[in-house]
Amino acid sequence: MTALAPLRPIPPEADPPYDAPAYRSTEKRHPTHKLLPWVHTVTELTGPHFSPARFPATTDLSVVNGKQALGERIIVAGKVMDENGRPVPNTMIEIWQANAAGRYHHPNDQHDAPLDPNFRGEGRVFTNEAGEYRFISIKPGRYPWRNHPNAWRPHHIHFSLFGSGFAARLITQMYFPGDPLLPLDPIFLAVPDAAARERLIARFDLSLTEPEWALGFRFDFVLRGKAATPMEHP
Amino acid sequence: MHGLTPSQTIGPYWHIIEHPEWADLTRFGAKGERITLSGRILDGDGAPVADAAVEIWQADPPASELFPGFGRSRTDAEGTFRFITLKPGPVPGRGNVQQAPHLAMAIFARGLLKPLFTRVYFAGEPANETDPLLNQIEDPLRRASLIAQPAGQDGFVIDIHLQGARETVFLDI
Repeated sequence: MTALAPLRPIPPEADPPYDAPAYRSTEKRHPTHKLLPWVHTVTELTGPHFSPARFPATTDLSVVNGKQALGERIIVAGKVMDENGRPVPNTMIEIWQANAAGRYHHPNDQHDAPLDPNFRGEGRVFTNEAGEYRFISIKPGRYPWRNHPNAWRPHHIHFSLFGSGFAARLITQMYFPGDPLLPLDPIFLAVPDAAARERLIARFDLSLTEPEWALGFRFDFVLRGKAATPMEHP
Repeated sequence: MHGLTPSQTIGPYWHIIEHPEWADLTRFGAKGERITLSGRILDGDGAPVADAAVEIWQADPPASELFPGFGRSRTDAEGTFRFITLKPGPVPGRGNVQQAPHLAMAIFARGLLKPLFTRVYFAGEPANETDPLLNQIEDPLRRASLIAQPAGQDGFVIDIHLQGARETVFLDI
């Protein structure tokens, strides 16, 4: 029965470990027992659906109450698909990020960088029928963290996606091309395979860029897909 | 085949997208056996995990306009999460097997590069004895880590231990 076909296992090269000593917060938070193997059932293969009527989209993070946030305006666009290349239509994407100065609109962020009254850094978009999404924001600044001496996070935007079922749930971070902090970042480097890490880096795209207005970056998401797809192309 | 987008941590600032009402799955008016489900997330030292995002998904009752089936709760300074939902009934498993009433749970937090998946079952359900997932766990203490206990009227409690002697059973899904 195709509907109950399990999702493909996550390939090891794309799978960051729970225990990643260079990322210190994993030390007391990683399980030490072997995970219990489990073949997907309806519980894992179904998941929530969010309608834009009930969960309204915010496609421009760069403007709050009609006022423009400070920073370098960007357009981020791309496609959400599964491993089989099938678009994931009408799916919700949650977005959050720091402001241009590298500060989150969050009470626990005490980094000595200014808050921007015109930037909350929070948004939500939906893919269209073809699995495509697009939003406007400002390029998030880099900021220090206390993982190790002189530690700085690269430019990044946080994303949350739901996919076809609960086991396909994805929370990740998108990085920017050419950032010299990437080869120093233990969170980025926790992904074992270099080619898999590259998939976390957006591509500058002149065709997405709007003259005199904003730089365009392309970023595609690939979520887990069903293992048995006899009716489809590989 | 397209290469999977790897997971990265939710980090400590995810509350920017938090909507506290999402922890109440009955907020759209769903009717049924209303329960609260609460508990604490604790790390390997037994210290509260105060910055987690805890998510639940249930295949029963079926999701509808009135019942999202999905909820998200933050943990507070004591590591406590709290949901209001409808108690699930049994759902089909693989083959001819029924699964005992349960919720799927995913835990995201700083220090977790990918979610921890587990399940929440309910004490006192006769179907627990024949549940195919519970019956894979031989150690009774480990098995008990997946079973929420009644607490007060309409309440169930389950603590999640990320690491250590009382470590919760997490699933490789």
